[in-house]
Amino acid sequence: MVKAIEAFGIPVVHICTIVPISQTVGANRIVPAVAIPYPLGDISKSPEEEKQIRRAILEKSMRALQTPISEQTVF
Amino acid sequence: MTKKRIVHYINQFFAGIGGEEKADTRPESRTGAVGPGMALAHELGGAAEVVGTVICGDGYYAENMESATEEILKLIAAFEPDAVVTGPAFNAGRYGTAAGGVADAVQKKLGIPAVSGMYEENPGADMFRKSVFIVPTADSARGIKSAVPAMAKLVLKLIETNGNPGSPEEAGYIPRGVRVNFFREKPGADRAVEMLVKKLNNEGFETEYPMPSFDRVAPGEAVKDLKNATIALVTSGGIVPKGNPDHIEASSAMKFGTYDISGVQTADAEHYATAHGGYDPTYANSDPNRVLPVDVLRDMEKEGVFKKLYNYFSSTVGNGTSIANAKKFGTAIGEQLKKDGVDAVILTST
Repeated sequence: MVKAIEAFGIPVVHICTIVPISQTVGANRIVPAVAIPYPLGDISKSPEEEKQIRRAILEKSMRALQTPISEQTVF
Repeated sequence: MTKKRIVHYINQFFAGIGGEEKADTRPESRTGAVGPGMALAHELGGAAEVVGTVICGDGYYAENMESATEEILKLIAAFEPDAVVTGPAFNAGRYGTAAGGVADAVQKKLGIPAVSGMYEENPGADMFRKSVFIVPTADSARGIKSAVPAMAKLVLKLIETNGNPGSPEEAGYIPRGVRVNFFREKPGADRAVEMLVKKLNNEGFETEYPMPSFDRVAPGEAVKDLKNATIALVTSGGIVPKGNPDHIEASSAMKFGTYDISGVQTADAEHYATAHGGYDPTYANSDPNRVLPVDVLRDMEKEGVFKKLYNYFSSTVGNGTSIANAKKFGTAIGEQLKKDGVDAVILTST
């Protein structure tokens, strides 16, 4: 899906836990996530801390979207 | 030893009946070899003979698959063959589908072995490689000289070995994706280290687990003006409105859903849940923002980090979903996003 969307020229950032799969399949901008059942959360933390973690991942994703790249990049 | 009886299936073009204008030719049979069947008969030598040829127009087959297959099977069965050869179809899509479909039906309904031949990217290869021994050929009839001997060899081997011709590499067919257990002399650790040493020495080595090859797309241009950008949210983590209104499958999804989130401030547990059957849904269901981060994106939107969170999110279940379907979903989603002027996409996966 990442590639098919990006084929329209729209930059896509892929937030995923298993980075090697994303790399193999061919996502270009990759941001590692926390865990498979909660990629943008952390159940060992308080809800407030969790939200901060989510915020950090999304801020990194925004940086990824603003970064010119010529090849696959893990942020 | 009596010669084995082979029936050959070809299309109207290779039978010399005509091209596209004759593609509606109905199934018919002729005694002995026709067209490329001559070369096939030659290659079979003293071991087998082409007792008959069944011909069908590619258009007729494609438009009447079920009934055409029935008619063709009847004509084939009348020759009482020991095995059937179909094609080679090279890169002709309808011919490949017919050649694969006839070979598959011959095996299943007549209970005799069949061999086909076509280009690896022929859609017929994708459809029937799992059930039919298909010899990989060139993409055009120029490759007939190497295709026919390889097909003759494989069909003889199939008859001789009772349907167990050996590995794809040895016997020369497109891998069917079948796993066979066997013992190696050296344990895996030894073989892995040997491979690694070869790799470090820049020597050639053969992997025991080839990865599927994926195409690449050029990275989209970086967002220059995030403050004025519209960002869309897409997920393969299966978050959907509670109750899964589009009935997205828990695995091997056949569809995706697109849902309005204009005015939605958070993907809360009251209204959203995951349809994904491939991970423990407890944490996604108790707070769907963990997969579909609407809450934080709304905060960032309000703070002016970016201009707007696109009014819809799209979701599917990325659990055993075929690459072909994923691509189809992505294309449909991308087309809409492009039309609506979305500047960038955040796609989350579990």
